[in-house]
Amino acid sequence: MIIDYVGVKEINGSLIVMDGVKGVSNEEIVDIRLDNGTMRQGRVVQIEGERIVVQVFEGTRRISLKNTRTRLTGHPMEMPLSPEIIGRVLDGAGKPIDGLGDIFPVKKANINGTPINPVSRVYPKNYINTGISTIDTLMTLIRGQKLPIFSGSGMKHNDLAVQIVRQAKISGANNSNFGVVFAAMGVQKDVAEYFRKSFEESGVLSRVVMLLNLSNDPIIERTLTPRCALTIAEYLAFELDMHILVIMTDMTSYAEALREFSSSKGEIPGRKGYPGYLYSDLASLYERAGMIKGHNGSVTQIPILTMPNDDITHPIPDLTGYITEGQIVLDRSLQGQGLYPPVSVLPSLSRLMKDGIGEGYTRADHQPLANQLFASYAKVIDARSLASVIGEEELSPTDKKYIEFGRLFESKFVNQGFNENRSIEQSLDLGWELLSTLPRAELDRVDDALLDQYYKGND
Amino acid sequence: MTDRKAFIYGINGPVVTVKNTDSFEMMEMVHVGKQKLVGEIIGITDDITTIQVYEETTGLKPGDPVEGTGAPMNVLLGPGIIDNIFDGIERPLKAIEEEAGAFINRGSTVSALDDKKLWNVTMKVKFGDKLEGGQIYATLPETPIIEHRLMVPPELSGEVVKVMPDGEYKLFDTVVVIKDDEGVEHNLTLCQKWPIRTSRPVKERLTSSVPLITGQRVIDTLFPIAKGGTAAIPGGFGTGKTMTQHQLAKWCDADIIIYVGCGERGNEMSQVLEEFSELIDPKSQRPMTDRTVLIANTSNMPVAAREASIYTGITLGEYYRDMGYHVAMMADSTSRWAEALREISGRLEEMPAEEGFPAYLPSRLAEFYERGGRAEVLSGGEGSVTLIGAVSPQGSDFSEPVTQNTKRFTRCFWALDKGLAYARHYPAINWMDSYSEYFNDLDPWFKENLGEDFIEYRNRISALLQEESSLMEIVKLIGSDVLPDDQKLVIETARVIRVGFLQQNAFHADDTYVPLEKQKLMMKTILHLYEKSKDIVAKNIPLSKILNLGLFDKLTKMKYDIPNSKPEMFDDYIKEIDEKLAAIS
Repeated sequence: MIIDYVGVKEINGSLIVMDGVKGVSNEEIVDIRLDNGTMRQGRVVQIEGERIVVQVFEGTRRISLKNTRTRLTGHPMEMPLSPEIIGRVLDGAGKPIDGLGDIFPVKKANINGTPINPVSRVYPKNYINTGISTIDTLMTLIRGQKLPIFSGSGMKHNDLAVQIVRQAKISGANNSNFGVVFAAMGVQKDVAEYFRKSFEESGVLSRVVMLLNLSNDPIIERTLTPRCALTIAEYLAFELDMHILVIMTDMTSYAEALREFSSSKGEIPGRKGYPGYLYSDLASLYERAGMIKGHNGSVTQIPILTMPNDDITHPIPDLTGYITEGQIVLDRSLQGQGLYPPVSVLPSLSRLMKDGIGEGYTRADHQPLANQLFASYAKVIDARSLASVIGEEELSPTDKKYIEFGRLFESKFVNQGFNENRSIEQSLDLGWELLSTLPRAELDRVDDALLDQYYKGND
Repeated sequence: MTDRKAFIYGINGPVVTVKNTDSFEMMEMVHVGKQKLVGEIIGITDDITTIQVYEETTGLKPGDPVEGTGAPMNVLLGPGIIDNIFDGIERPLKAIEEEAGAFINRGSTVSALDDKKLWNVTMKVKFGDKLEGGQIYATLPETPIIEHRLMVPPELSGEVVKVMPDGEYKLFDTVVVIKDDEGVEHNLTLCQKWPIRTSRPVKERLTSSVPLITGQRVIDTLFPIAKGGTAAIPGGFGTGKTMTQHQLAKWCDADIIIYVGCGERGNEMSQVLEEFSELIDPKSQRPMTDRTVLIANTSNMPVAAREASIYTGITLGEYYRDMGYHVAMMADSTSRWAEALREISGRLEEMPAEEGFPAYLPSRLAEFYERGGRAEVLSGGEGSVTLIGAVSPQGSDFSEPVTQNTKRFTRCFWALDKGLAYARHYPAINWMDSYSEYFNDLDPWFKENLGEDFIEYRNRISALLQEESSLMEIVKLIGSDVLPDDQKLVIETARVIRVGFLQQNAFHADDTYVPLEKQKLMMKTILHLYEKSKDIVAKNIPLSKILNLGLFDKLTKMKYDIPNSKPEMFDDYIKEIDEKLAAIS
């Protein structure tokens, strides 16, 4: 017997409270029909006896205490899945909006997913060649990794993400088993359009699943978007054995949606008003990257987030950095100097890099070279801060060499064309070429054998 | 207490409430819903009983049954713990994988320890023996290097009325029966249960006087930790907390390692699993896993189980300590545990204190760290639990509540520094901000085992680093050219100390673990060069002449050039220093 519950008891932000509801289960999805015939969906977020709190995805505008009929669906939020989902455009809650009709489901899966058993994970080791010198050499992206881009408003994170998608070469992947899941959360229409066009130009559009929750779409729906995207990605990776790159932008909008929902529910806020469970919530998304024993596919995540006020200690980048396996940090002053991609090398990091590079993967000299570049560039920063006090003229000869090295490093190594695809050998050789401008004795992270082989300086 | 069953009234995230029941006790373990999810009673009023559920609560309904187990949240202690990997409430992840595949399902009923495996048990008591709590009644080889000692549960004592012969037994087989003073018989099997939030009793707590040797130079020499000591490793993301914890877990000289991945990354745990099974322990020539227990409650696993994982870890640690072992427990990271506390406290609508953390955060931290220590155990021997907790301060700000409170209850503080990490100086332990309070306790041991001069070298090394740090203040303002030669010499020597001594390469076969003897000789050689050069500089011979000899660069690389097995090579270095310097003076 299906019961319609008429009316609601309270409305508060995106939440409605209903009374006298029997047989409801936690996290269950409800259908809400307004008296003008429009349908909305909601999710049960709290139960107290027969009183339930429902979060309405499309918002509560036009809902009054009397004009709704609510029906329990008997199941949690599920995503219909089938191989034909590839190439489709969906809204933030996973419903098709490209006019090609509904997806005929082969199976349905709970969008919250279930945690991967740590024992079943395969430790990721195969590197993804992105053709970008800074990333390949210094913060290598590994298949199955989650490597976010920390950016700020107005910076070129979108271009960088597009370039990565266009140039990414995964060993063992080809056109038939490589795919992209793109989740837009609270981004402008033009940004979404930019991604769509870029995918089209690079010929991957037919292998992309797009989920669009634009900035004017319902905010609560935004909290579902990454979950739907990752459910699709897991299905494609672990059931169809595809290599999936998930791009999620912008995680800051997602976290803000979560904050809005949390405060309307009356929860006790943690830092900066974000809910105390922000870490666990973000982790439940980011941790859905990886590889599993017995499956050939992989889920690699590149979440993009704009740091409010470029502040890396803001809760969103801070908590993200604690969960993800490194980060690519973009820097406004580099962008101001006209450098692209404006990757700030020192705070950027890939935690999985150490086991995915070197002999058999990239080249034996990769790790020591990367260490040396980091160490030398750190000294450039010291030399610059000294120069800003006493003037460049007064620096010691070694420090002057560092200043010069820094200049070359930024203009040749970091700076790279939007369409320039450098092979790993090119990038590594370029690194050695730059290091050769420094005195040999300064290169203390590399052993002599490597220096004999690669150091070309005259000192 | 007649009806042990009640029914769900409300659900809010991992918190479930039950109405109108008086059948539960505080901290009792319960099974919630039809899937029998594990939960714990955390609040009781005459109207509402509150339960924290350790698994996802999706799909629970009001009216679903809640059943009490009559006991507090506990873990099963017995053979099979070592070389295993558990989640935060001691469910074996390998067995769950076999049962359910790659994703963890809910309400799993797999036994924590393998109850079908036969263990080769040797009895240590005979009929008529009087046994006290904690006394060993049988032993069995758990792994090739760890002998598992079965102990009478601490609260029991009595006379042995039955002993089975030596032989093979399963986990729940009774091997000894004792009769207590009131004539009640107790069956002793190969396992026992213990509530995770209660510390196991010891005979007497001892002060810490033996260092935990880690083979990491900056820790062993500058900031040593004692066996049974407590240490905190705070650091922002990317500063190498996990890397440092891994290094300690791999190389420290404890008998048993308990590694708790509390709210951390899944891929990191798979790395630990892979690396530890491949690594060979240099002392026993056996894989590291033969002495390691892993507890993996990754960040996406239920938050309440994350809160419990720390207690599960320490309880397992105490159990092995009671057998007379030295246990080291690494918790990565305690901040995630504190956040789990905050999350649950928020769901209970408790009044928050600093930064939303509950007011009882400091007392919970104190309780946890107090469970570490060296002790004379009930079975007669000596054992210890060393606690090393990583702290992930929000926004790398060490003034936040978890770091500050942890500082109060730990005696070693290894502060990781972003600047060092950015320059890829690992371990990025900042020598100015870190400290160890164990010097006084450990100095006698160092004197006895490494000689008086070890402490002298250490003091001189840290004095040089201090001096460099104040000189660098000047250099930052006016450049290094204007310094007199003797001060430049300090800076050059400190550079050798920083790059050649403090910095340590975890991926280098020799450098990843360095014995204390070599650490001492390295310090000696560096100081020797410093003293000799100082004499020459005093004679107004320019420093650049000394630097051109390449001795400083040579010492920076001695950590790679001198194998751990050839300490005699240091004599050649000292000879070379003397000869080359004599030539220019």
